[in-house]
Amino acid sequence: MLNEIFIKPFVDMVEAPDFLLQVLWEGLVSGILYALIALGFVLIFRSSRIFNFAQGIMVVFAALTLVGLYAMGVPAWICVLLTLGVMFVLAVAIERVVLRPLVGQPDIILFMATIGITLFLIGFGEIIFGGENKVMISEELGIPTGDTVLEPWGGLLILQHLDITVVVVATLLVLALLAFLNYTQMGRAIRALGDDHQAALSVGISLQTVWVLVWFIAGIIALVTGIAWGARAGVSFALEVIAYKALPVLMLGGLESITGAIIGGLMIGMLEKLFEIYWGQPLLGGNTETWFAFVLALVVLLFRPQGLFGEKIIERV
Amino acid sequence: MLYRTAGQFKTSYKTDQALFPIRQDAILLAIILVFVWVIFPLTASEFTFQAILIPVLIFALASMGLNILTGFAGQLSLGTGAFMGVGAYACYKMITLMPWMNPIVAILLSGVFSAGIGVVFGIPSLRIKGFYLAIATLAAQFFLVWLFEKWAWLYNYNSSGAIQVPNLEMFGTYISGPQAASVTEYYVVLFVVTLLTMLCINLTRGNLGRTWKATRDMDIAAELIGINLMKSKLTAFAISSYIVGVAGALYVFMWKGAAEPNVFDIPLSFQVLFIAIIGGLGSIMGNFLGAILIVGLPVVLNLLPNLLGIPIDSAMVEHLNIMIVGSLIIFFLIIEPHGLARLWALIREKLIIWPFPH
Repeated sequence: MLNEIFIKPFVDMVEAPDFLLQVLWEGLVSGILYALIALGFVLIFRSSRIFNFAQGIMVVFAALTLVGLYAMGVPAWICVLLTLGVMFVLAVAIERVVLRPLVGQPDIILFMATIGITLFLIGFGEIIFGGENKVMISEELGIPTGDTVLEPWGGLLILQHLDITVVVVATLLVLALLAFLNYTQMGRAIRALGDDHQAALSVGISLQTVWVLVWFIAGIIALVTGIAWGARAGVSFALEVIAYKALPVLMLGGLESITGAIIGGLMIGMLEKLFEIYWGQPLLGGNTETWFAFVLALVVLLFRPQGLFGEKIIERV
Repeated sequence: MLYRTAGQFKTSYKTDQALFPIRQDAILLAIILVFVWVIFPLTASEFTFQAILIPVLIFALASMGLNILTGFAGQLSLGTGAFMGVGAYACYKMITLMPWMNPIVAILLSGVFSAGIGVVFGIPSLRIKGFYLAIATLAAQFFLVWLFEKWAWLYNYNSSGAIQVPNLEMFGTYISGPQAASVTEYYVVLFVVTLLTMLCINLTRGNLGRTWKATRDMDIAAELIGINLMKSKLTAFAISSYIVGVAGALYVFMWKGAAEPNVFDIPLSFQVLFIAIIGGLGSIMGNFLGAILIVGLPVVLNLLPNLLGIPIDSAMVEHLNIMIVGSLIIFFLIIEPHGLARLWALIREKLIIWPFPH
């Protein structure tokens, strides 16, 4: 038993390094998607202290809108633009209808409101687009299919072109986002609001504009995630569960930290794949991916309560 | 007029601290008790029992458990569904291993198991706060549901992977299982819920409840006045999980009749959390008001198209339902973030001085 826990998995790893690389690569790709969703969370949390549970359903909603519009005969690239428009309208509507009346309420009330948004969007999406599984229009969007086979150490490593595209696009998106936050006026406003609400308001930063903006950015991130994940697994409401995966990422990285979200996402993506393949499937009957990330984050938090990169909490009475 | 409190003098400390210092409250409760113990069971139809009365009571109980933790002790938890599952599986194992056991005793004991597991998952609360803790409780949610699926011993290795409630007898009548009458099940649920509600009311009024509230309002200050935070938080986790576990046992044994692991998945946790928040955090009565709203609303919405004669297919109704429930949650949060219990408190204040404005 001890052998199977502590020795055999590592022996397996060393004996088949190409398989290990394959596992790590798959983990990296899903880790990047977790990191993207977590980024959406972090942006909204930093600027408004809202723990946005609706991020997952926004991913589904964006993907469904895209596929639904295409099914109506709209050309693929115009679909993307229209979907962005829909996400903008959604951001404005959420700010107007839900957030504005709830400004200043306790965190848990706002959190509940985002669950309300989640339910609303589930019902709304099912009525308009139907609940059945759909295929993402990846070819029409110009996402390459096929794969590249590498042979490290005489082994076999298959890289799906789709996955490579996801990694590249996600990296570009993150870089663009960081540039936006650091070098533009609006980006500075978002960060200022995150640092200190009252100080930001007193120098004339508009709360409403920034909120609409961050929700819209979260919508863009949702669309990219939706396209990427939809191309891998099909578009359905089951996609929503990947949003739960972003939660341990947030815990691990810290709720306020953008770097934390990215590093946390990659770590969780790879570690949970490793655990599933080398420990979960042989010893525990598989499907450990549903909880491993949470337990890992929990253990880390016991030693660092604010996450790996979160702001240190200083408490005063 | 009806609610006038003038003339009800308190002459001793004891009367001032009574459960119902105002006579009208006691009368109102008595009327409600007569309704739930006598009039409802005599008049309700099979459908009303199964769709409204029994689930409202069970969900109110689960929400009461969560409210102790979140509303009174201030520790946000998203793992309620899984703890209900622990109660249900514990009860199932006890009943099948020891068939001679009194079912009500088994239900009340099953909470002990979920209390134990609740304490284990409550330990992180000593270091983690707020949303970090909420996500930490999600670890319990996902891990436990996975365990229900993979650990075949829990469901006695049957092929369906679900737990099936056997016929349980007490005093010569079936009280649970396929052959039990709804009225009997209702009375069992009502008995347990009444018992635990009394327990909760008195707990939250007493020393322990005040410790919890101090922890919730400001934990560092509470520590400075000599409250043992560890004891306070862990007792809250234990008692909350106990009540939630009993609610879970009732949920399967008195209402559903059978359950697969995914029943206890995250939507159940959220449903209970909705009830607690819409009803009012930090209130016992709010749980019942919230449960009536959240459980009753879909039933009413389902019946509505038929009553109005609008032909809509059932899938559409289902989706509309989710949408309407979602918007109503937002609506209630906006009009009264402190929940229905607070709404009732405001109405009551108005009633006391009615018909004068102030």
